[in-house]
Amino acid sequence: MDNNWELVMGLEVHAQLKTESKLFSSSPNQFGSDPNSNVNFIDAGMPGMLPVMNFGCIEKAIKTGFALNFQINPYSVFERKNYFYADLPQGYQISQFEFPILSEGHIEIENDNVLKKIRIERAHLEQDAGKSIHDIDPKYSFIDLNRVGTPLLEIVSYPDFNSADEVINYISSLRQILMYIDVCDGNMQEGSLRVDVNLSVKKPNEELGTRCEIKNMNSFKFIRQAIDYESKRQIEVLESGGKIEQNTLLFDTSTGETRPMRSKEFAHDYRYFPDPDLLPVHLTEEQIEKVRPTIGELPQQKLNKYINDFKLEKDVAKIIISEKSYAYFFENLISSKSIKPKLAASWLVGDIFSFIKEKNLQIKDIDNSSNKIIQLLEMIESGTISSKVAKDILVEVLQNNKEPSQLVKELGLEQVSDNDELEKIVDDALKDEEDNIMKFQSGSDRVLGYFVGKCLKATKGKGNPKVINELLLKKLNK
Amino acid sequence: MTTIKEIKDQLSNKKISVQELYDEYYNKAKKSELNSFNQLLEPEYNKQNIINSQSRYNEKKDLPLDGIPLGIKDLFCTKGIPTTASSKILEKFIPQYESRVTQNLLNDGSIFLGKNNCDEFAMGSSNETSFYGPVINPWKNKNQINDHLVPGGSSGGSASAVAEKICVASIGTDTGGSIRQPASLCGVVGLKPTFGSCSRWGVVAFASSLDQAGPITNTVEDAAYLLNSVSSYDSNDSTSSNHKRDNFLGGIGRSFDRPITIGIPSDYLKDVSSEIIEQIENTKKHLTNLNINFVDVEFTTTDFALSTYYIIAPAEASSNLARYDGIRYGYRGKGDSLEEIYVNSRSEGFGEEVIRRILIGTYVLSAGYYDAYYRKAQRVRRLIKDDFQRVLKDVDFILTPTTPNEAFKIGEKLDPIAMYMNDIFTVPTSLAGLPAISLPSGLSKNNLPLGIQLIGNYFQEKNLLQIASLLEKEFVFNG
Repeated sequence: MDNNWELVMGLEVHAQLKTESKLFSSSPNQFGSDPNSNVNFIDAGMPGMLPVMNFGCIEKAIKTGFALNFQINPYSVFERKNYFYADLPQGYQISQFEFPILSEGHIEIENDNVLKKIRIERAHLEQDAGKSIHDIDPKYSFIDLNRVGTPLLEIVSYPDFNSADEVINYISSLRQILMYIDVCDGNMQEGSLRVDVNLSVKKPNEELGTRCEIKNMNSFKFIRQAIDYESKRQIEVLESGGKIEQNTLLFDTSTGETRPMRSKEFAHDYRYFPDPDLLPVHLTEEQIEKVRPTIGELPQQKLNKYINDFKLEKDVAKIIISEKSYAYFFENLISSKSIKPKLAASWLVGDIFSFIKEKNLQIKDIDNSSNKIIQLLEMIESGTISSKVAKDILVEVLQNNKEPSQLVKELGLEQVSDNDELEKIVDDALKDEEDNIMKFQSGSDRVLGYFVGKCLKATKGKGNPKVINELLLKKLNK
Repeated sequence: MTTIKEIKDQLSNKKISVQELYDEYYNKAKKSELNSFNQLLEPEYNKQNIINSQSRYNEKKDLPLDGIPLGIKDLFCTKGIPTTASSKILEKFIPQYESRVTQNLLNDGSIFLGKNNCDEFAMGSSNETSFYGPVINPWKNKNQINDHLVPGGSSGGSASAVAEKICVASIGTDTGGSIRQPASLCGVVGLKPTFGSCSRWGVVAFASSLDQAGPITNTVEDAAYLLNSVSSYDSNDSTSSNHKRDNFLGGIGRSFDRPITIGIPSDYLKDVSSEIIEQIENTKKHLTNLNINFVDVEFTTTDFALSTYYIIAPAEASSNLARYDGIRYGYRGKGDSLEEIYVNSRSEGFGEEVIRRILIGTYVLSAGYYDAYYRKAQRVRRLIKDDFQRVLKDVDFILTPTTPNEAFKIGEKLDPIAMYMNDIFTVPTSLAGLPAISLPSGLSKNNLPLGIQLIGNYFQEKNLLQIASLLEKEFVFNG
């Protein structure tokens, strides 16, 4: 930081829960439907309509509790957060305030190979509001209530961040974990993960400075830009003798600047009070523990397993665990006992990823080819085909979904490992090569490579290099 | 022919048809000048219901309330029928859903005559806050025969209509006394069940932790008939109780096979007129006739009930009524900005008393005041509940007056606090969530009805109706 300024940040992450229906109504919780089509009488705030809690959301919160090392509270209370806005039909948002479902969690993030513990103060369940669309018409605003009542888990960290890198690492770890435990789809573009950053600057050893809150960001790029801009702004204000005013800000993605929200866009006094339409949530030990086994392996556990048990390189292992879908694809490949994890990993992050990237696909798009990829890798492991041949076949398999064994037969690509057949080829290759044979026998290893290449060429790449190697050595050492 | 049972007998015995019964009530209601209905349904609307009901009688498969013409407080959402809460802001609102309570009544074969007038959003004790004008009590003060009297409120239209006998019975709602107080002032029976007995789903909310539907009827037995229909578990209401319901008719008119003790709280009788005390004394006499013991009991929290109520109820109301903003349905004021639309819709759409309570509620929930008002009121509410539980450990029922006064003139009570005092005896039970019934106990010097209130323990409605039915016989016999 310039002139010894320290940056202090805390985050509020709103994770949209992956559930069938909304937090308090049976409307579908779905992105991308026609405007106002996932709305029932409860969502629309019709007279006399009452919320009924969707216990699936509680289970997702409990899962998150286990995964983020939270204390899972046996007693939590839904309260009403009162404010008027056109996309908030009830005139209040149901949220948790005094008694959240999760308290005092933490995760570790890795920053330049150093681990840092980020403390999380709380996480609570709440309803999302609808969407106001102001840019369709100059005169009218449009309201889409589809998002009204969709379940959010708001995860509030302590002010433990001192750099944009730490913030980004935390959000990606959080996102990764939430996706692994199937709590959130992690789709930031669709707003499934939205971030508020509370930011202040101070000199070392000084008290915390006045903070500003930058609201509602949903891309790593913008979060980084907003932090850079806002921290510079605050430092400039302070260095020119000014004071920071506590404010709620929006990051304008077109100008790259933060600006104060219009006062109407947020209210000052939400008048929280327990929602009399809902009973407090009482969770028994049994209800909580029932959820524990559903979490599955967390990314960190997988990373350790890949490195220690599967002996993968750390960088390769990290790439594979970076997305749940990669890890599950990988583990599916090595479900075949004859495929070594290292081989599967190098094919996955190598040729398979390049293919996906080149074709602009996602891993789930090739999910139905995984059995064929397993077949292919098995043929490599058994020496039926060479790696070189396998590369070409892989593209055919992924592109045209063909059976690898069929392809190998059709194209006559089966590796030749037959001793007698290869012996003839080796003998041929050594014919009229007295000079080179001499060279080898006088200690030039490079000549061996030349002979192997010659044999492979003669087999059109189908000869098993290992067998050829052995035969050559036998003959040359005679 | 007045009671549900008698009417059903006549329908079963073909002494009268469902259509004739309906026409009789409809015509009386149409002629009534007491403004107790916001809307009478056109006969066309009920045509099919009446035919269906008649054929069930013909096949001797009649339902518990088959063919019975009812009034419905205009706070219950009725599918396809305007539901206004007696407010301008919902003047043209037509729900696309049927409240659970009215659905139960329809399922049991009853016929809806129309929607009863009430105080706006059930806020009032005289039915004078209705956007559709005040309801008139069918009773007259014999010394001021030309004065129109209030029916009480907020279920004033229901009580007036039942007393005038232009409907057989009506379903009201009670938040702080809105069934019992008008029943008392109109000389009819009103029952507020235990909180959680009747689903609040589809009932326009006033104060969610207090609102409860219940019957207003001419007899205790009729109240049992209606309660059998409206009391049911509803998974759509998170505060609905999932206990097994009694047959509430089971105890009607039967004496108890065990000794019964009734507590009479002396603190309720401190500042009331001799006329009201007389009602209690008179009731004691009847209890003795019935071999029922009574003992003096004392509450320690009664003095705090009204102020507690007037913090909690407005707080919840201020939030419950936030949805009436002119954006999606109901009255919309003119405006060039969202804020202007809000301000104009709500200022023009809500009446004075509703605005007063929204402001009180907003204030007590505001930052800096929450602990002093709302949180403290919740704590006092807990003490009131405990107080009742302490007293109910030793007695089966508690006997109090329903109201501190008889029906008064329309326009007489202009001071809101004086109006709130009307609920002084009914509010404590509401805060405790206990069931209570008001039944007419006698007449005042002005020849106006007075009522007593009997309070039971949670979900003891069957016993409460039983004791009330015994007293009812005594009062009639002696009165």
